[in-house]
Amino acid sequence: MQMDNLITMANQIGDFFKSFPDKEQAKKDIAEHLKRFWAKSMRQQILTHVNEKNGAGLEDIVRDAIKEHID
Amino acid sequence: MDDIKYSNTHHQHEHSRTNYDDQLDYGTPASQSDVQVTLMIDDREITVPEGTSIMRASIMAGINVPKLCATDSLEAFGSCRLCVVEIEGRRGYPASCTTPVAEGLKVHTQTPKLADIRRGTMELYISDHPLDCLTCATNGDCELQDMAGAVGLREVRYGYEGENHLKAEKDESNPYFTFDPSKCIVCSRCVRACEETQGTYALTISGRGFESKVASGINNFLDSECVSCGACVQACPTATLIEKTVIEHGVPEHSVTTTCAYCGVGCSFDAEMKGEEVVRMVPNKNGGANHGHSCVKGRFAWGYATHKDRITTPMIRKSITDPWQVVGWDEAVNYAASEIKRIEAKYGKHAMGGITSSRCTNEEVYVTQKLVRAVFGTNNVDTCARVCHSPTGYGLKQTLGESAGTQTFDSVMKSDVILIIGANPTDGHPVFASQMKRRLREGAKLIIADPREIDLVKNSPHVHADYHLNLRPGTNVALISALAHVVVTEGLVKEDFVKARCEWDSFVAWRDFVAKPENSPEALADELGVDPAIVRASARMFATGGNGAIYYGLGVTEHSQGSTMVMGIANLAMATGNVGREGVGVNPLRGQNNVQGSCDMGSMPHEYPGYRHVSDEATRALFESAWGRPLSNEPGLRIPNMLDQASEGSFKALYCVGEDIAQSDPNTKHVTHALEQMECVIVQDLFLNETAMYAHVFFPGASFLEKSGTFTNAERRISPVRRVMNPKNGALVNGKQEAGYEDWEITAKLSKALGYEMNYHHASEIMDEIAALTPTFKGVSFKKLDELGSIQWPCNDEAPLGTPTMHIDEFVRGKGKFFITQYVPTTEKVNAKFPLILTTGRILSQYNVGAQTRRTKNVAWHSEDIVEIHPHDAEERGIKEGDWVGITSRAGETVLRVKITERVQPGVIYTTFHHPESGANVITTENSDWATNCPEFKVTAVQVTRVNQLSDWQQHYKTFSEAQLAFAGRDQEAAKIE
Repeated sequence: MQMDNLITMANQIGDFFKSFPDKEQAKKDIAEHLKRFWAKSMRQQILTHVNEKNGAGLEDIVRDAIKEHID
Repeated sequence: MDDIKYSNTHHQHEHSRTNYDDQLDYGTPASQSDVQVTLMIDDREITVPEGTSIMRASIMAGINVPKLCATDSLEAFGSCRLCVVEIEGRRGYPASCTTPVAEGLKVHTQTPKLADIRRGTMELYISDHPLDCLTCATNGDCELQDMAGAVGLREVRYGYEGENHLKAEKDESNPYFTFDPSKCIVCSRCVRACEETQGTYALTISGRGFESKVASGINNFLDSECVSCGACVQACPTATLIEKTVIEHGVPEHSVTTTCAYCGVGCSFDAEMKGEEVVRMVPNKNGGANHGHSCVKGRFAWGYATHKDRITTPMIRKSITDPWQVVGWDEAVNYAASEIKRIEAKYGKHAMGGITSSRCTNEEVYVTQKLVRAVFGTNNVDTCARVCHSPTGYGLKQTLGESAGTQTFDSVMKSDVILIIGANPTDGHPVFASQMKRRLREGAKLIIADPREIDLVKNSPHVHADYHLNLRPGTNVALISALAHVVVTEGLVKEDFVKARCEWDSFVAWRDFVAKPENSPEALADELGVDPAIVRASARMFATGGNGAIYYGLGVTEHSQGSTMVMGIANLAMATGNVGREGVGVNPLRGQNNVQGSCDMGSMPHEYPGYRHVSDEATRALFESAWGRPLSNEPGLRIPNMLDQASEGSFKALYCVGEDIAQSDPNTKHVTHALEQMECVIVQDLFLNETAMYAHVFFPGASFLEKSGTFTNAERRISPVRRVMNPKNGALVNGKQEAGYEDWEITAKLSKALGYEMNYHHASEIMDEIAALTPTFKGVSFKKLDELGSIQWPCNDEAPLGTPTMHIDEFVRGKGKFFITQYVPTTEKVNAKFPLILTTGRILSQYNVGAQTRRTKNVAWHSEDIVEIHPHDAEERGIKEGDWVGITSRAGETVLRVKITERVQPGVIYTTFHHPESGANVITTENSDWATNCPEFKVTAVQVTRVNQLSDWQQHYKTFSEAQLAFAGRDQEAAKIE
């Protein structure tokens, strides 16, 4: 899928969870959301983007969530 | 297990028209009193609730008192003087309909004096009534005729020559019923039904004495305020108001109870039949959702089922640029299966998927998701709830623990404050709206949050909103935060409830968040465009006014923050203690009849039936063992993901059942481009819909009248759909007509051709499998549905009769959970190029993409989609009423005709999406809800300009659709309404 689209969607998820007081929990929740609702192919695409391009375009909390909690 | 064997040929729940006492008319409504009163009526002692009329008590005792102006759907009126009785110790001859029972009364319903009075009354009625009973449309089904017989009328001494109404002209303007005033007895039942049942007040009695007559508006029914709900026709005791189909075909001979195939109210209807032909659909008095009421769609707009546009034979083709080839069922199914196998071999199983519709029955949705998961071997199955209520499923699961509304419709009768957000019940859910209006007329308060002035704001007689929060489209979450801010900072939280029922930590985090100054109505006033004083007053009214109930629709869900808003609504309901009893709750008004059911049935890529995640090992093991196939533990693609991947060339085969993504999904050009990239698109539908124009295989479906199954409405009510005629989709093979198939049978045939047999003999067996595998459906069976009429899930050992109200003692998730709902403005912003916001909605007479209603006489009310624009915005652009305007967004352009109205606020325009050539979704964008990808249909930045011709897209559409219809042997003219 077009990476721009995935980045937008992932950042929108981040927008929801980043207002949570516990940032570590927010990252876990972001990753958990991706695992529960995104098809594996979509998750792999965004993970590759994080690994290869340092998640350019992703908000920090989203990039970190993917880095730390998605494999 | 069931001892009944269901078969496709046996009409279940068939009544003979002469003898069903559950359809008995008790004359006046039931009393709700708990106090019992005992009295004697004639020779019988009877005990009834206090407040019951003598008429009702008599009929309950099996004594039929003559009556004309009384019917139990309406309050007693006491005008016809036929129901008079004598009461020992009382003077005169009181009307039994208006006289309540009292302890120890001795009532006589048949005495010589009463017979004399009744005969005299009937004589007067008949002296001004045509004596054409034998050729009258209601011959044999006429209360006036029955009463003339009952009172023993033998002569009319006055003669028929005097002044009379016999030559009064008929009003034929309504496409579905005729008004023949010559047959009117001025009993006022129609007028009262229009007021009490429907709440429209379109009819009145004009004139006095002999001049009294029923009047609808100034000219006729069609031009009046009448919404053609049929309540007056239902109430009329004579042939004055009568369905045109009855005039044409005569009185029906049998009837089968079934469920409407339109909106999420899920009305129960009696399909009144002559053989295999429907004569009329009559709302079922015992229907749990509708209690004998109906709207113009369910009551009258069923003619599409036999419309000549229906495609009744399977068709295949190699490419969408080829003409269709009509084939037999086996050939069509085998071709589809061979294509699926080819694509699987070439691209892998994740290049395939299925989409179901909320128009499918539960059983159809279940077998389709089973096919995709077990046979295609992927979880790429989604349903059209994706584009309407998916945020409801997500948001309510997170907060309350179950992806469903909390109440029963009847609950509204105990509400004190009703908050409607982003819904237009009088157009979208008309039968429930009538019930809600009844409660509002009784005095319940009303708060409406909607950018547009819907009818309930101030255009419904005797109903008006106490507050209209006319917020800017896209600012819902800011509004819910502002309302919550007031509740929290003014000490209006029901702390006892929150402490006992909710996760306290989550509440504290939420409370601290909404209490922030930036969430105050004043701080958000510019964003919302609403006077903060009104926001504050609304919050106070909702939190302190007694039972507070929230009703919401797609104006909540179809936003980039749709899921956030649903959670915000649940937060507000919990904080104010408004969950877990009658009169309160969180009530999503579902668009289509089976939105709830299609979600319940596991038609989401991440969930099995009963909302259990695909990664849940125990659930997966259960389904693997039941289905005998390995299942994936990875969520599949959602509809927009499928389309995105198709555009890129990695998604190649789609089985699309009853859904029309090319018309109903956003950014049409993106959708059709994606469809063009697929190698096998299988469409199963009644008509060559927009998606079918891009298909390679067409399986003709069966209408709701041609199959068995169940629909689940917005209040979780599972209602039976019963087959009243054989499916009309039999193929013609070598000159021989094959039998037709119910839709689940078609799916099962495809499954078999793919090497996996689904051994069902009847839809009831599919429900048995669902019940065996889904805890919330454990107690559901067709047999129980036959016994109870309908069942609200959860239905299991703890709740064998179902669950009208949820979360009573505890939430399904245990403790209710609050979520912080930070407002994030949509990226779909207005600017100099696109300065207006387009929002969309629907209209009473049409339904969704219009595939059904456009093929009925409902086009009399809405033959094209119109764009509404505020006078200020129109003037600025030199636009006049009726002009053609081009509406341009970042996604595309379309052209519609203009209506100038102050219903929309400056800066906002509004249209409906019922006609494909309107291309409303050519302009909507792919922005979507963060959690569920539900499209942001309700906010599109646009510009509007006067134009002289159709848009490029519309011109292309015209050429393309004409060619596609020709490929199917149809021409454009044939596609139009007769």
